Amino acid sequence: MNIWWTVIRLAVRALLAYKVRSLLTMLGIIIGIGSVIVMISVGRGANASIQDQIHSLGSNMLMVFSGSTKSGGVRAGYGTKPTLDIGDADVIARDCPAVLEVSHVTVQSDQIVAGKKNWGAKVLGTTETYTAVRDWPLMAGEFLTHPQVRSAANVAVLGSSIYDNLFEPGEEAVGRTIRIKNVPFRVIGILSPKGRTPSGQDQDDAVFIPHTTMERKIAGHRLPGMVHFILVSAQTGELVDEAKREVEELLRQRHRIAPGSDDDFTVRTLDEYADMAGKTTDIMTYLLTAVAAISLLVGGIGIMNIMLVSVTERTREIGIRIAVGARESDVLIQFLIEAMVISIVGGILGTILGVAASKIIAQVAGWLTIVSIDSILLATIFSAIVGIFFGFYPARKAAGMDPILALRHE
Amino acid sequence: MDTPVIRFRNAWKTYPMAGETVEALKGVDVEIGAGEFVAIMGPSGSGKSTLMHVAGLLDTLTTGVYELEGEDVSAISKTRRADIRNRKIGFIFQSFNLLSRCSALENVELPMLYHRPPVPDWKEKAMEALRIVGMQSRSAHLPTQLSGGQQQRVAIARALVNQPALIMADEPTGNLDTHTGQEIMNVLQSLQKQGITIVLVTHDPEVGQKAHRRIWLRDGRIAQNEAN
Repeated sequence: MNIWWTVIRLAVRALLAYKVRSLLTMLGIIIGIGSVIVMISVGRGANASIQDQIHSLGSNMLMVFSGSTKSGGVRAGYGTKPTLDIGDADVIARDCPAVLEVSHVTVQSDQIVAGKKNWGAKVLGTTETYTAVRDWPLMAGEFLTHPQVRSAANVAVLGSSIYDNLFEPGEEAVGRTIRIKNVPFRVIGILSPKGRTPSGQDQDDAVFIPHTTMERKIAGHRLPGMVHFILVSAQTGELVDEAKREVEELLRQRHRIAPGSDDDFTVRTLDEYADMAGKTTDIMTYLLTAVAAISLLVGGIGIMNIMLVSVTERTREIGIRIAVGARESDVLIQFLIEAMVISIVGGILGTILGVAASKIIAQVAGWLTIVSIDSILLATIFSAIVGIFFGFYPARKAAGMDPILALRHE
Repeated sequence: MDTPVIRFRNAWKTYPMAGETVEALKGVDVEIGAGEFVAIMGPSGSGKSTLMHVAGLLDTLTTGVYELEGEDVSAISKTRRADIRNRKIGFIFQSFNLLSRCSALENVELPMLYHRPPVPDWKEKAMEALRIVGMQSRSAHLPTQLSGGQQQRVAIARALVNQPALIMADEPTGNLDTHTGQEIMNVLQSLQKQGITIVLVTHDPEVGQKAHRRIWLRDGRIAQNEAN
C-alpha cells in the first residue's frame, strides 16, 4: 500500500461524498473534451476526404497552365493569356525522362443534342492519352485512338453525366450520333463516373473529342495550336517533383524566358493542391477546436468554483491535517489531486462521449470522421492541465490556512 | 537534570486585533521536563491557548525563545514545524476533530500519511495504537458511529501513533460526561506512565487536579506554579 494510492483514494472518496455536485462539475469538462474530440475528428475526416478527391484527379499528375498576363502591374489569373501550344506538350513527352504520359486540353461550352434531347456541357478537345493521365477507366466502348485524333474524326466519348442527361437509363449510347454545333459525332465510349473536383465541378459533365476535330470543326475562331492546359503524368510518385522541374526548365527554354524573369506558365502537382486544401481544412479545424476549447475553459472555471466551496466547507479537516503534521505542500497536493481527479475522470467520460458522437455523426450525416489516438491523448493531457491550472488557486488557499483558525471553524 | 521537553524563555506573543495590539503572552518563562504530566490552567483570555498553540508549533512567538527537547524552534520554517508536529507532538482536542468520512483506523493512519520517510508497517502501527486505547474492535467504524468517549479514544490513538515526545490535550474532557471524562484521564495517565510527556490545557480545577503539576496563567503571565 503506497501513500500516493491512499491520497488518490481519499480524493475519490471526497468527491463521491457529493456525487451530484462532482458530476455537475465534471459536466463542463465532459462537454469540453467531447466537443474538442468531435471537432478534431470531423476536421481530420474532412481533410482526408478532400485529399482523396484531389489524388483521384489523376495518377502522379501535374497540370501546366498558361501563365497570367501582366500589364502595368495588373495580373490576371491563370490561363488568361494563351501561352501553351501543342508543340509544348509534344516536347514535354519527348524530352522529359521523368514524364510518362502527356495530354493537352482545350475547353469550351456548347449545346449537345441527341435525338430530341439537348444538354449544355463542356466540350474538351484532347488526345488519346487523356484517360491514362487522368487514371480514368471507361464504362462502355473505348476512348479516342491515335488515328482518330490524327485524322480529326467525328467521334466523341461521353462523361457519365452527359449520358444520364441525353439518354434513358440502360439505353445503348455507343454507336449513336450526337450533335455539337450541328456537327454530327459518333459516340464511341462512355467514361465511368469520376465525381466532383474538390472545388465542386462535376467532372462527368463533359464530352471528349479529338483536339484536331475541335480546332477544325467546333472552335474555328480560336488561335490554332494553342491549348488551355497540359496534363502530365510522372513515371512514379517519387518522380513527380523531378518531372515538375524538367517541365519547368524545358518550357522556360522553349518560351525563351530570360533568367530572373517570371514564367509565363504555371506547373502544379496534386500534392500542391492537397497542401493548399489541407491548409484550408486545417484552419477550419483549428477554429472549431478553439471554440470547443473555450467550453473547456468554462469547465475549468466550474472546477475552480466548486473547489473553492469545498475548501471552505472542509476548513476544519484542513486544520486537522495541518495539526497532525501535513506540510503546506501535502495539503496543496491533496486538493490539486482532487481537482485533477474531477478533470481527468471528466476527460475520460468526455473522450467516450466524443468518440461516440463522432461515430454517430459518421453514421447519420455520412461524413468521414477520423478519431485518432493523438487527439484522445491530447484531450486527456489537456484535461489534466485544466485540473492543475484551475485547482491551483483553491489548493493554495487550503494550503495557506492558519491551523488555529481552521480548527476553530464550525 | 535531563533536557526539558518544553522550555520558554521570556516568551512574548502579540497580535493585532480590531486595530489594537493584544498581548497574549507577556514574558513567560516555563520548563516542562520529560515524562511530566502538567496542567496549564487559567481563565479564558489568560493566554493558555496561545501558550499551547506555540508549544504545539501551530503558532510562533513574537519574541523570546522556545526550545523543544533542547532544540531552539522559535524561528524555523513552516515545513520544519510541520515535520516536528508530525514526529514529536500529538494533539487531543475538546471536539475530537476526527475526519468524519474516514474510519477510526484511517483517522489513526493520518499522521503516518505525512511522516517522512514513510512508515513501513503503518497498518499494523495504527491497529496497535487503537489496541492501546481499547478501540481495536471499532477500527472500521466511522466517527458518527462512535460515542464521544470512543471518539476521544480514537483521537488519542491518532496522537500517539507516531510515538511523540509530547501530547498536547486541549480540554480533552470538555465534551464528555464525568464518568467518560474520568476514563479518558485514566488513558492519559497510563500514557504518562509509559514516559510520554502530557500537557493538559483546562480551566476545570477538578481535571487539573489529576495532573502532577499545575501552571496557572493570568493576563499572559505565570501566576502560580504548584506541584502535588
